[in-house]
Amino acid sequence: MPLAAFTWTEFAQQIAAGVREGAIYAGLALAIVIIYRSTRVINFAQGEMATFTTFIAWSLMNRGLSFWVAFPIVLAIAFAGGVTIERVLIRPVENAPVLTIVIITLGLALLLNGLMSIIWGGANRQFRGPFSTRTIDVGGVPISVQDIGIVVVSIALVALLALFFRFTKLGLALRAAAVNPDSSRLAGVRVGWMLALGWGIAAVLGAVAGMMIAPVVFLDPNMMQTILLYAFAAAVLGGLDSPAGAVVGGILLGVTITLLGRYVGFIGSTLKLPVALLLILILLLIRPGGLFGRVAVRRV
Amino acid sequence: MRLRLSVELLGFVALTAIVAELPRFVGDYRARELAIVGMYFIALLGLSILTGYSGQISLGHGAFMAIGGYTTAILTVNGFYGHPVRDLWTIPIAGVVAGIAGLLVGVPALRLSGLYLALITFGIAVSFPQLPKKFDHFLGGTTGKILNLAKPPYGLDTTTNDWIYYLTWGIALVLLLCAWLLVRGKTGRALKAIRDSEVAAASSGISLARYKTLAFGISAFYAGIAGSLYAIANAYVNPDVFPIILSVYLVVGLAVGGLDSLPGLIAGAALIYFLQNHADTVAKWLNHLPALSLDPKQPGISSVVFGAVLIVVMLLVPTGVGGLLRRVLHPLTTRLYTRS
Amino acid sequence: MSLLELESVGARYGPVKVLHEVSLTVGEGELVAVLGANGAGKTTTLRAVSGTVRRSGDVVFEGHKLPRRPEATARAGIAHVPEGRGTFSELSVWENLRLGAYTRRGKIRDDAKRVYAFFPRLEERRDQQAGTLSGGEQQMLALGRAMMARPKLLLLDEPSLGLAPLVVKEIFEALARMKEKDGISVLVVEQNANLALAHAGRAYVLEVGRVVVAGTSDELRANESVRRSYLGY
Ligand SMILES: Nc1ncnc2c1ncn2[C@@H]1O[C@H](COP(=O)(O)OP(=O)(O)OP(=O)(O)O)[C@@H](O)[C@H]1O
Ligand SMILES: [Mg+2]
Repeated sequence: MPLAAFTWTEFAQQIAAGVREGAIYAGLALAIVIIYRSTRVINFAQGEMATFTTFIAWSLMNRGLSFWVAFPIVLAIAFAGGVTIERVLIRPVENAPVLTIVIITLGLALLLNGLMSIIWGGANRQFRGPFSTRTIDVGGVPISVQDIGIVVVSIALVALLALFFRFTKLGLALRAAAVNPDSSRLAGVRVGWMLALGWGIAAVLGAVAGMMIAPVVFLDPNMMQTILLYAFAAAVLGGLDSPAGAVVGGILLGVTITLLGRYVGFIGSTLKLPVALLLILILLLIRPGGLFGRVAVRRV
Repeated sequence: MRLRLSVELLGFVALTAIVAELPRFVGDYRARELAIVGMYFIALLGLSILTGYSGQISLGHGAFMAIGGYTTAILTVNGFYGHPVRDLWTIPIAGVVAGIAGLLVGVPALRLSGLYLALITFGIAVSFPQLPKKFDHFLGGTTGKILNLAKPPYGLDTTTNDWIYYLTWGIALVLLLCAWLLVRGKTGRALKAIRDSEVAAASSGISLARYKTLAFGISAFYAGIAGSLYAIANAYVNPDVFPIILSVYLVVGLAVGGLDSLPGLIAGAALIYFLQNHADTVAKWLNHLPALSLDPKQPGISSVVFGAVLIVVMLLVPTGVGGLLRRVLHPLTTRLYTRS
Repeated sequence: MSLLELESVGARYGPVKVLHEVSLTVGEGELVAVLGANGAGKTTTLRAVSGTVRRSGDVVFEGHKLPRRPEATARAGIAHVPEGRGTFSELSVWENLRLGAYTRRGKIRDDAKRVYAFFPRLEERRDQQAGTLSGGEQQMLALGRAMMARPKLLLLDEPSLGLAPLVVKEIFEALARMKEKDGISVLVVEQNANLALAHAGRAYVLEVGRVVVAGTSDELRANESVRRSYLGY
C-alpha cells in the first residue's frame, strides 16, 4: 500500500531529490547534445570520461587538495582530454559512416573503464563532496544542503554556457560550425577546432556532473553507466538537438523517475530504468523529434 | 557470376570439412571453447544482417541472447505446463521467442533513425538485467536458474563438449547458409538498398517497414538461438551470464569481422571469446613491448585490450577482417572471374 | 601588380576534371565578371580561389600564394558569397552579420551600420531567423555578411539568381558603391551577361572549363560570338 504513507512533506522531498537527479542528467545530456549537434555523433564514452575525471579529482583530494582547489584543475584536465580525444580519435574518421564513429566511442568507453579499474581498482570509493549532507528547512521541507548545492552548481554552469554560446564570438562560431560547416569555413572559422572545442566543453560538463554525483552514489568505474542512460533519455526527450531541451528533459526525467520509483510500488527501484526507456520509446513514437525538437524552418 | 557462386560454395564446403574434422585435432576443452566461438558467430551473423546489410545499429543484442537463454532455461526447468522440454527442442523455440521480441523492437525502430535506435537498443541492453531481479520467482533473480547438464542424445558416443561443439557448429553452418541465401537474394538487395539510401529505396518501391522490421526479427532470432545454446553449454543462466557489456562485445566482433562479411565474422567471434577469456595472455604479450608491465590478472585488462583493439581496427581497417580478406583474395578471384 | 592572379588553375571533382588551365587576374578596385553557359565551370573557378574544391596551379593573392584552405582564404581578406548564398539559416540576421566579421578584431557596430545603410531591410529584420527571410533578403544578408569582413576581394556567385529585377538593380548599385567607397575588388559570376557587362570593367568567358575570350566589357560586347551566345542579339 504505497499511498498509505503519503505526506506532502515527503512528496516535496522526493521532488527535490528528483530535481537533484535531474540536474545531473541535464549536465550530461547537455554534453551529449553539444557533441551531437556539431558532429552528429553520440558519444558513448561520455559517462566513462566523466567518471575518469572524477577519479582524477579523487586522487588530487587524496593528496590533500581541497575540493574547490581540485575542481578547476580537474576541469582544465577534462577540457584538454576532450580536445585531445577529438583530435586523435574522432578527427581521422570524420567522414566515415556514423557506425564507425559510434564504435570508436564505444571502444573509448571500454578503454577508459578498464584503465580506471587498473589505476584505481574496482572498489567503491567514498568521494567527499563540497557540500554537507546536513538538511536545512526550506519552507517547512527538510532538504539537504548537498542537493541544493548540486542544483545550484548545475544551473550556474548551464547559465554560463548559455551566455557563452549567445554572446561570445567563439560561442557563435561553435554554433555556426555545428549547423553549417561549409559556410563557417568560408567565414574564416576553423571548423575542425570548433569540433574539438565542443568535445572539450562536453568533457568539462561531464566532469562537473561526475564530481557532483560522486558524493551521493560512491565512486567506482561504473558509476556513470546508468546515469549516462538516463542522460541519453533526457537528451532524446529534449530532441537531441536542443541544449535547452536537454536541460528541461533532464529535470523532467529526474522528477518523473524519482516519483514513479517512490510511489508506484510495482516499479520500485529495479524497474526505474526500463520504465524510463518505455516512456522515451512511447514519446518517440508520438513525437519523433522529442519534446522540443523543432522542425527546421527554412526557405529556399 | 556463376564462378563467384562456385567459389563461395567451395568455401562453404571447405568450412564444413574443417568444422567436422577439427575436434579430432584439439582437446576436449578446446572443443568447448570453439563451441562458444560458434555461438558468438551465430549471434554475429544475425547482427550482420541487421547492421551490415540493413544499416540499423543495435547495441542491445546481448538482451536478445538473454531472451533466448532464459527461454531455454524456463522450458527445461519449469517446463511447458509442467512438462519439462528437452533442451534440444527449446533451441528453435528460443529463437522464435527472441525473434518475436526483435520484431516488437523493430516496429518502433522504423520510426527511429540510426542513432536513436542505437540509444534505445543500448537502453534495452542496460535495463534487461533488471527484469530477472524484478520477476525473481519466475526468472530466478540474481542467482539464476540451473539447467540439467547437456548430454549427447540417443546414446551418441561423444563427450558432452564434443556434442555441444557439433550441435553449435551444425546449427551455425545451417544459419550461415540461410544468411548467405538471404543476403544474396531479393531480401538482401532490398536491405542493402535501404542501407545505402532509405529515400531511394522507398521511391523504388521497397517497403521500408517490412524489410527493416524483418531484419530486426531475423537478427534477434539468430541471437536467441545463440543465447539458447549458450545457456545449454553453461547449464545455468543469470543476469551475469548475459552481462550488459555482451551487447558491446558483439558490436566489437561485428566491426572487427567486417560489417557485411559473413565468413569474416568467425574471426570476430573468436576475438570476442579470446579477449573475454584470455585477456591475461594478451597482457603477457604486451609485456614484451618496451616500457610496459601489466599485471595480467588485473580486472580491467580485458576492457582495455577490447577497447584498444576496437579503436585501432576502426581507425586502421574500418572494413575489418572481412574487408582485408576480400582485398587479399581480390586479385585471385578477379583473375578467376575474368577467365570464365 | 594585380590583387588576384590565377595561373593555369585546374580543378577536379573526384576523377572529373572540370577546369583546365584557367588564368585570370583581378586588379585593385576592379570589378571583373566571369560569363559562361551552365556547367562551364564559373562556380568552380570561384571555388578554386576560395579553396573549396581540389585544385592545381597557383592562386596568388597580394603577391602571396594562397593555401588551399577556405578559412585561410577568408583570413587573407577574400569573402566568398557562394552559389545558393550560404547564409546560416538557423541563426538570426544579426548573428549572421557577426559571423561575417569573424576574422576581424575590434568593434563591429559601425560596420553593421554601414550594412544597414546599404540594406535597410536587414535592420528591420535583425532578430529574424535567416532561413525565414525572402530570397532577395537572403541575398542581401549574404552580401552584408561579406561586407562585415571588410574584404579586399569579393567573390560573388550569381547574385541575381531568382531575384526581382528591381532587387538585382539594388544589389548591383550597392556593389558599385562599395567598389567606389571602399576600394573593394569584385570577381562576379553572372548568367545575366548584359547586366554583368554593364557594371564590370573586364570579363572572361568560360567554355567547358577553359577561358575562351577575355577583354574589357566593351570589347566583349563588340565580339560577334559573345554577342550571339551570351547577350542574345
Ligand atoms: N560537386 C560536384 N561533383 C561533381 N561534379 C561537379 C560538382 N560540382 C560541379 N560539377 C561539375 O563541374 C562542372 C562545372 O560546374 P560549375 O558549377 O562550375 O558550373 P557553372 O559554370 O557554375 O554552371 P551554372 O551556370 O549552372 O551555375 C559541371 O559539369 C558540373 O556538373
Ligand atoms: Mg554556378
